[in-house]
Amino acid sequence: MGLLENKFNDNVIVTSVDAVFNWARQSSLWPMSFGLACCAIEMMCTGASRYDLERFGAGVFRPSPRQADLMIVAGTVTYKMASRLKQLYDLMPEPRWVMAMGSCAIGGGPYYKHGYSVVKGVDLYVPVDIYIPGCPPHPETLLAGLLELQEKVRQDRILRKKVSA
Amino acid sequence: MNQEAKAGEPKPPVINNSMRFRTEEAFPVLKSHFGDAVRSLSDTRPDRHILVRPGFLPEICKFLRDDPDWQCNMLHCVTGLDQAETLAVVYHLFSMPKRHFVVLKTEVLRDSPMVPTLAHIWPSADWLERETFDLFGIVFEGHPDLRRILLPDEWIGHPLRKDYEMPTHEKLRELGL
Repeated sequence: MGLLENKFNDNVIVTSVDAVFNWARQSSLWPMSFGLACCAIEMMCTGASRYDLERFGAGVFRPSPRQADLMIVAGTVTYKMASRLKQLYDLMPEPRWVMAMGSCAIGGGPYYKHGYSVVKGVDLYVPVDIYIPGCPPHPETLLAGLLELQEKVRQDRILRKKVSA
Repeated sequence: MNQEAKAGEPKPPVINNSMRFRTEEAFPVLKSHFGDAVRSLSDTRPDRHILVRPGFLPEICKFLRDDPDWQCNMLHCVTGLDQAETLAVVYHLFSMPKRHFVVLKTEVLRDSPMVPTLAHIWPSADWLERETFDLFGIVFEGHPDLRRILLPDEWIGHPLRKDYEMPTHEKLRELGL
């Protein structure tokens, strides 16, 4: 840090609570490994070296909901899985976010009409923050969704009581 | 040159891994053993099958498993079929030592779809029959544990039947799903 050395005295930085908390939150969104179908392959690809989700601080896939901030629902959710998904969401500590990745998680996808066992959209069970379209979405699309989510996190007002939806 | 030099050595055993369907050859054998219980041989492609009466199915299967000419020691696949008036079950039997398949089929009425279980002949039939029960509602008599295997326990109906109606989301939520 040659440029800054010995130029200033010890300092105090003044910022807003929102700015510093939101910066911390958006910069380390730990996702839960929630791969359910082929979208999971794209999600793994996004986490690997070519696309490197870690650049945005979201590459630490946790196998436990208690350590996760973000649930990327990547794949087809069946009714049998939906109750488990809801339970895992409830186990995540707040603040928590959900991304519905791919057509199936958004609205049932190709199973909308005849898929008797497929949930027609994961938002029937958990509140979804970002919808990422595609079948499956490109890694770039998932990254774009993540950047959108970071934008959403950045706009959060921590000290104000939230109006529940 | 090399082949001549090795002529005196013992040859390695020839392993023939090709698998064959021998359903046509099994038909006259079963017909002679079981008579009217064995109904017909189909001309369907790709797999021809032998149509048998459901009541004699365990006996025929036990014969195919234990007979030294057939040795079908593996139940490869159990398939359910909805044929409008009847429901059918197709059994693909496989012999590990002989490397051949025999295909059996049995038909039951839609109103009382009862087929004897094969779980005591091949333990693998346990889960395969549970799956067929789950999706087609075919009841395997004598099965040790006939529960749903793929769908949740609360599910109503058997989805791969042709007259199955898609449940609404609200209805499924009422069931607690």
